[in-house]
Amino acid sequence: MSVDKSTVMRISQLARIEVPECDQDQLVDELNNILTWVEQLDEVDTEGVMPMSSGLPGAVLPQREDLVSAENRQADILRNAPDSRSGFFVVPKVIE
Amino acid sequence: MSDLTALTIAEALEGLKAREYTAEELTEEHIKSIEASRDLNAFVLETPDQAVDDARASDTRRARGEVGALEGIPLGVKDLFCTKDVRTTACSHILENFVPPYESFVTGKLRAAGACFLGKTNLDEFAMGSSNETSYFGPVRNPWGQVVDDAGLVPGGSSGGSASAVAAGLCLGATGTDTGGSIRQPAAFCGIVGMKPTYGRCSRWGIVAFASSLDQAGPMTRTVKDAAIMLGAMVGFDENDSTSSQNVVPDFQACLGQYIKGLRIGIPKEYRVEGMDQEIEALWTKGAGLLEEQGAEVIEISLPKTKYALPTYYIIAPAEASSNLARYDGMRFGLRVDGENLEETYMKTRAEGFGAEVRRRVLIGTYVLSAGYYDAYYLKAQKVRRIISEEFATAFDQVDAVLTPTAPTPAFSRGERTDDLISMYLNDVFTVPASLAGLPAISIPAGLSSHGLPLGLQLITRAFDESTLFRVAGALEEAVGWSPRPLKS
Repeated sequence: MSVDKSTVMRISQLARIEVPECDQDQLVDELNNILTWVEQLDEVDTEGVMPMSSGLPGAVLPQREDLVSAENRQADILRNAPDSRSGFFVVPKVIE
Repeated sequence: MSDLTALTIAEALEGLKAREYTAEELTEEHIKSIEASRDLNAFVLETPDQAVDDARASDTRRARGEVGALEGIPLGVKDLFCTKDVRTTACSHILENFVPPYESFVTGKLRAAGACFLGKTNLDEFAMGSSNETSYFGPVRNPWGQVVDDAGLVPGGSSGGSASAVAAGLCLGATGTDTGGSIRQPAAFCGIVGMKPTYGRCSRWGIVAFASSLDQAGPMTRTVKDAAIMLGAMVGFDENDSTSSQNVVPDFQACLGQYIKGLRIGIPKEYRVEGMDQEIEALWTKGAGLLEEQGAEVIEISLPKTKYALPTYYIIAPAEASSNLARYDGMRFGLRVDGENLEETYMKTRAEGFGAEVRRRVLIGTYVLSAGYYDAYYLKAQKVRRIISEEFATAFDQVDAVLTPTAPTPAFSRGERTDDLISMYLNDVFTVPASLAGLPAISIPAGLSSHGLPLGLQLITRAFDESTLFRVAGALEEAVGWSPRPLKS
């Protein structure tokens, strides 16, 4: 499978990363280069193999009580905000 | 007073104990060394005032008889670990001004053990790279560079700043993180020891995430013993990381100096890859011979799917990265570049905030997770990951440790591989398999190339068997009988 320019633009939209016109052709080549290389995995017979999604085989995600453990840290949380007012994050208008 | 920047951590702890020097003196010497070596670009933030304050506090504690495992030891911290009130950037433009309101678990543990932090070390942006050339703050120089090339050799990556700093005597040890080899490969390139513990040993809480099923913190030091000392102060259960291990932590230092007679060492034949440096193959054979001389039994083993580890990694790691890096949207923290509307603000913020390699990996990751491609790429890679992990498990029925080279070549020149992505990725061909399987692994300096550059050998053991790892690594280090230091510039 190889990707064309329209696919790359669709991925860029999904990833919310703008790709300027002048970079598009090179990016298509780079992504195809990587995708062609990883496709060698098709040679491996994985019939009946369970996907491994954890860092170690057999790891089980532990559960705990859903309890509040942090105190009010509003100032800490807003400290790195690009824009905040009156204890809120200020973001661009979302609803038209 | 002898050169305090040439000490090992173990020696410095002895010297502090014997009152030969204070933590403040030890720290001051390292601050001078950092200032004199800024051409390396190993540190992206120096925190000398805080380091001296910490050192004085350490001297006071010591005077009271309170002595932690790293009491008074000056360390570097990879700029991927959140440090409270100290800028943490992941060497990305998008986090250029980020000041965490909290401390990572690992650095908190190190501080509690008495360590003094000299500053934050350089890395590939978001730890994505094998040469420390993708950092927003510019490339790091390998202190061995002047041996062959004035243009400068890369220190490896992603923990290139930490490796360079430890090798050049700017700190006695440093933290690193390893997702596919980011501790071990730069350790090999700079002639130091780099150790990645079992997945789950070190809490990931407060470490800027790259690929969460692979990321692990570990120590970068000059000796195996130092790695054991430092790792002991980094590990432990943390309820803030759901993958943090509750397994008993052994006394890592107690594993050193033990005989390795009777241990079985596996040599995986599939690691003899095409294009491997002749010198590295010879070093590998020599390393196996040294272990054999000490009574270990060297056995050829087979890990048949080794060649598929790298492409597996380059699906899984970008997929996880694309998910993890979705948080950088310019709304709550980090860079914001305003657009006409919300959508455009996201698009511009992330285009400008991320460098080329990070953008590429996020796009690849997005693609392999997207509808219609998820099964063919992502699920396929997860299945191959399982097979690779099971092959290691089978091998460990036969052997106690696996010996391989750490990297297929010594350090290379800056810019040499930036145009060929796959050749850059191939740096990690020997380190990625253990990462996929979550296994502990260590790189130790084992020789010099014909150009006088350090070469590393890697050992891998069973999950949570760092004891055997340190035992064999200690024996190999002693048999090599040499601890390399670059020429001081």
